[in-house]
Amino acid sequence: MAMLLEVSGVSVSFDGFRAINNLSINFAEPELRAIIGPNGAGKTTFMDIVTGKTKPDEGTVIWGERNISLLGMSESQIAMEGIGRKFQKPTVFEAQTVRQNLALALHNPRGPFAVLTHRRTAKNAARIEAIADEIGLTGSLTRTAGELSHGQKQWLEIGMLLAQEPRLLLVDEPAAGMTVEEREKTTDILRRAAKTRAVVVVEHDMEFVRRLGCKVTVLHEGSVLAEGSLDHVTSNQTVIDVYLGRAHA
Amino acid sequence: MRQGFLYQNPSVLWFLAALGLFTVSVVMLSEVTGVAVVSTSFVKTLGKTLCLCLVAIAMDVVWGYCGILSLGHFAFFGIGGYAIGMWLMYARTEMIVLGSLEGQVIPPTPQEVSDAIGNQIFGVVGSSEFPLIWAFADSLFLQLLMVVLVPGLLALVFGWLAFRSRVTGVYLSILTQAMTLALSLYLFQNDSGLRGNNGLSGLQNIPGFEATSQAAISVVFFVASAVALGAGYVFFAWVVSGKMGSVIKGIRDNEARVRFLGYHVESYKLFVFTITAVVSGLAGALYYPQAGIINPGEIAPIASIYLAVWVAIGGRGRLYGAVIGAAFVSLLSSWFTGGGAPDIPLGFYTIQWTDWWLVLLGVSFVAVTLFFPKGIGGLFDYLVRKP
Ligand SMILES: Nc1ncnc2c1ncn2[C@@H]1O[C@H](COP(=O)(O)OP(=O)(O)O)[C@@H](O)[C@H]1O
Ligand SMILES: [Mg+2]
Repeated sequence: MAMLLEVSGVSVSFDGFRAINNLSINFAEPELRAIIGPNGAGKTTFMDIVTGKTKPDEGTVIWGERNISLLGMSESQIAMEGIGRKFQKPTVFEAQTVRQNLALALHNPRGPFAVLTHRRTAKNAARIEAIADEIGLTGSLTRTAGELSHGQKQWLEIGMLLAQEPRLLLVDEPAAGMTVEEREKTTDILRRAAKTRAVVVVEHDMEFVRRLGCKVTVLHEGSVLAEGSLDHVTSNQTVIDVYLGRAHA
Repeated sequence: MRQGFLYQNPSVLWFLAALGLFTVSVVMLSEVTGVAVVSTSFVKTLGKTLCLCLVAIAMDVVWGYCGILSLGHFAFFGIGGYAIGMWLMYARTEMIVLGSLEGQVIPPTPQEVSDAIGNQIFGVVGSSEFPLIWAFADSLFLQLLMVVLVPGLLALVFGWLAFRSRVTGVYLSILTQAMTLALSLYLFQNDSGLRGNNGLSGLQNIPGFEATSQAAISVVFFVASAVALGAGYVFFAWVVSGKMGSVIKGIRDNEARVRFLGYHVESYKLFVFTITAVVSGLAGALYYPQAGIINPGEIAPIASIYLAVWVAIGGRGRLYGAVIGAAFVSLLSSWFTGGGAPDIPLGFYTIQWTDWWLVLLGVSFVAVTLFFPKGIGGLFDYLVRKP
């Protein structure tokens, strides 16, 4: 299977501290993948590197069938290549309505002139309706995003990712602060999204990961510790020692 | 125009109606109609105030909507004033020189005329040479082009350098202060080519209209300022509505998010910074013929800070707030500092408003920031029911 994203031999240090250490990890399209690992394992930093926020000291990040390098590309260029990202802390535009948030994310020309002369179209409106339906916010389209509950903001942000029509979705701790029902709904959304694209989910919660039912990569001290099914990695003694042992202690 | 732009922004129509009513009233009451309730000098004050409102809405777009706290936009305003002032001064001096040389037996050569004009204009700084920047001063059209081009290009270059390096927040504010300070210090020098601290003067005399009374000229400029404010208001209301407004406000609230959505944030900032600079330049070009004089003190760093204070007091993030803030504070300021407000004798001390006005303004600014972050414009939220 051809790889959508190939990260190999990537390292990055902050003031001498190696947050990512010779990390290699690949994703296919479509694929659903969970990344787990203790706090400070480098999960968020990994996303920062792929999305262009952090420049690695060494290593390569290769994207797509044309095998282009993402290193040296700006955040907006990488986003336009088809990589969407949800932040650990939900970040939606709180002063704007749900509809405006989704409209902003829709896959349309991004240049200032195109945006200035942008007109509403029935096609865009239909897309927004469809996404709102997918994330369960149909009744809230005209509400200000700041009024939404925490869980709804998380879904709105996932909805904004879907609106971008990315080929790869990087989702950082989507279930944090959600109720049990909200978590179930979130896993459903992510699993549906992963039918046609690559979806990478960083999560702490084992129940959540189990419900995703996908391949799991365990990150520890900036590199891959184990990879495979959830049952496979959770029976790995090193994983138990560094992560699960601590979590259940 | 986008579909139903005015329909979706009824406040624009309200604003235009109020501005139109105000303009017609002032003209009717001015000296040109013979009613003369509003004096010519007050017509000029009101006309200048409208120009300040125009630069204030530009400030509101760049700060209130896009989140860039530029403390240098008054520099663009001043540049617009200098650009038009150069033509006004040149053309008028040329007329005077030609008049005085008339009737001589040997007609003066163009060089002699040019030298005489140079002497008149630059005598105060001990020079008679025309500096290079006056190359287009004889052409109204070219100087009007400068009103737009110079602030636009300066903003483009400055903004490109600053935004490209991701300078934001207080660092950007300091950088813009440095820009306006550097410009004003440069202009203070006698060899800057713009008459040093003398600045450009006599700008209220419009060449070719010597026979027209100042009363009529002031009304023309007042109406022109009102038209410019109305047009600027509609233009900016259009820019900050719809999807562009959505992106701009997104940048204000979370720049990184906008970037990860695929928007090239720097281009948007540059766009907003530059168009607001151009409008500021236009506002300045209308202001200084009414003020009559421009000197480097006008673009001292404090002027741009006042601009931010007006917008904050009026209520940022809403265009009419900026208009209210600029009009209210600048008119109040000229009332206090012009000796309009009576002194308050406390027995042991007398509060003289010429000295204490700034303190009052500073306290009001802090109070608004702390207790009424929506400013005066926020009062309208109580008037308008949410749908
Ligand atoms: N910009 C930064 N500067 C300094 N240290 C950082 C920076 N970003 C991350 N780190 C450090 O790198 C390590 C990995 O962080 P992170 O990727 O956020 O972990 P995770 O998301 O797995 O919890 C942590 O020790 C963190 O303190
Ligand atoms: Mg993290």
